[in-house]
Amino acid sequence: MALKTIAKGAEADLILDPDWNGRKALLKRRGVKKYRHPQIDRDIRRYRTLHEADLLHRAKEAGVPTPLIYQLDPEGATIVMEYIEGTKVKDAVPELSLEENRSLFHLIGEESGRLHKASLIHGDLTTSNMIKDGDRVVFIDFGLGEVSKEVEKRGVDFNLMVRMLASTHYTIMEPLLESFREGYRKAMGAEADGVFQRADEIRRRGRYIDKD
Amino acid sequence: MDPQICLGIESTADNLGVGIASSDGKILANEVKVHVPDLGGIHPREAARHHSENIGAVITTALIKAQITAKDIDFVSFAQGPGLGPCLRTGATGARALASYLKVPLVGVNHCISHIEVGRLATGAQDPLTLYVSGGNTIVSGFESGRYRVFGETLDIAIGNCLDTFARLAGLEYPGGPAIEKFAAEGKNLISLPYAVKGMDMSFSGLLTAVSNEFRSGEHSIPDLCYSLQETGYAMLGEVTERALAHTRKPELLLTGGVGANKTLRGVIKEISVEQGAQPFYVPISLATDNGAMIAWTGILAYQNGVRTPIETSYVDPKWRLDEVEIPWR
Repeated sequence: MALKTIAKGAEADLILDPDWNGRKALLKRRGVKKYRHPQIDRDIRRYRTLHEADLLHRAKEAGVPTPLIYQLDPEGATIVMEYIEGTKVKDAVPELSLEENRSLFHLIGEESGRLHKASLIHGDLTTSNMIKDGDRVVFIDFGLGEVSKEVEKRGVDFNLMVRMLASTHYTIMEPLLESFREGYRKAMGAEADGVFQRADEIRRRGRYIDKD
Repeated sequence: MDPQICLGIESTADNLGVGIASSDGKILANEVKVHVPDLGGIHPREAARHHSENIGAVITTALIKAQITAKDIDFVSFAQGPGLGPCLRTGATGARALASYLKVPLVGVNHCISHIEVGRLATGAQDPLTLYVSGGNTIVSGFESGRYRVFGETLDIAIGNCLDTFARLAGLEYPGGPAIEKFAAEGKNLISLPYAVKGMDMSFSGLLTAVSNEFRSGEHSIPDLCYSLQETGYAMLGEVTERALAHTRKPELLLTGGVGANKTLRGVIKEISVEQGAQPFYVPISLATDNGAMIAWTGILAYQNGVRTPIETSYVDPKWRLDEVEIPWR
C-alpha cells in the first residue's frame, strides 16, 4: 500500500506507511529547506533527528511510554517509528466522564513528573502530543525537547499544560489541573513544589498577564 | 474635511528623523539625519547631542519639503520607546516643545509598531506576519485580537547589531550591513558557526563571538567570514519566520527594518512565502530604516482613535514592548 502524508508541519512531515516490513509505521521526515545553505540544512536536520530519537529513548528508560523506534536515518532526516493506535488525549477528554478524566490526568501528571525527574524536558507538553492507548498514555513529538534539570524549563513545560487546559479543556480545567499536579507530585516528590512555584512566577511575568 | 497633518519625530537610536504625514495616507516629508560616530558604535550621549543640535534644522527642512508651515500641523507625534534613553528623551523634548508652542495635541507612539504600520501603508499588505530586523530589534510579530503579538524574537542582541559589530571588528566600511553583503557575494566556503534557535526565539550573541574568533584566528578570508555569518544568521531568521507563518496562517509576509534591505534575506523571505503560500512584501528602504514618516503616520492612526499623550505623562520608555500596546485602529 502507498505511503500517506498525514500531517505537514513547518519542520517535519508525518507519513504513514501501512506496511513497513509487515508493520504499520510512522515516518517523521524533516524536509530540506531550500532557503538555507545545504551544509547548515543537512547539519540541522541530522542533529535534530538524532536528538529526537535520543529523547524518545531516554523517556522510555524513565518509564514514560513513547513510540518504539524501528529505524533511524540521520542522512535522510527520518525516524521510522511505531504507529500508535488510540486517540489523542485532546480528543479523548470530551468523551470521558469527569472521574475518568481525573485519573487520566493523574497518569499524565505522573508521566510528566517522571520525564522531569529524569532530566528530560518535553518542550511541547500539550494534550495534542499525548495518545491514549487503552490504559496507557504515550508521549509523542519530542522535537522541541531537551535534556535539562533547570527548574525554569520544568516550569515552562508545566505551564504549557496549564495553558492547554485553559484554552482547550477550560470547562473542567480546575479538577484536571488538580489531578495533574497530584500525579506530577507523586512522581517528582518534594521537588514538585519548586516547579509549581516557578511555573506561577513564569505565568506572572508573561506578556499578556494582568500585573495585579 | 481637510486631511489632518501630523509631524512625527523619531530619535530612538542614531537616526534623527522628522516626517510629515496626512490622514489620507500621504507621506509629505521624510527627513533623516544620521549620527555617524567617529569611532566605535553608537554612544547614546553623543547621538543625543547630535539630535539636539540638529532637530531644529531637520524640522525646518521637513516643513519646506512638505510645503507647509508650522501652523498647518494638527498634532505632533514622537517615538516614546523602545530605544536608547538619552536619544529618546531628546526627541521627546523636541516634540513636547513643538506641541506646546503650536498648542496642538501630543501623541506618543511605539517605534516597533510604527515600522509595521508604515510598512502596511507603503506596501498595501493588509494583515501580514512581520519580520522586523534592524540594529536594535529582531522580532517576528503578527496582529491577533487587539494587539501585535510577538511569535519569536531575539533573546539577546539584534541581528543588525551582530552584523555591525562584526563589520567594525573586521575593519569594513560604514555602514556594516551593505559591506558584509558585498563581501559575502564572493564567499565560497561555509565556516561552521553556532546556529541558535530555541523554540521560537533566536540568539545572536554566540554567533557574533564565534565569527569574531574565526576572524581573529586569521585562517579565513573576509568574504568567507561574511558569507558564513549571513548564511547562518539568515537561516535562523528563516526558520523562526517560517514556523510563525505556518502557525498563524497569515496570508502575507512583510519584511522591514534596515536589515530587510539585504538581498540574501529577501531571497529567504521569498522562498518561505512560496513554501507557506503567503505573499511577500518588502518595505522600501527609506521607510524600512528608522524614519520620522512612520512615526507621523502611526501618530495619525493613534490620534484618530483617541490616543493622546498629555505632556505630564509623556515619559519615554526605553523598554516599551510592542505587544504591550493596544491597537484600536485594527
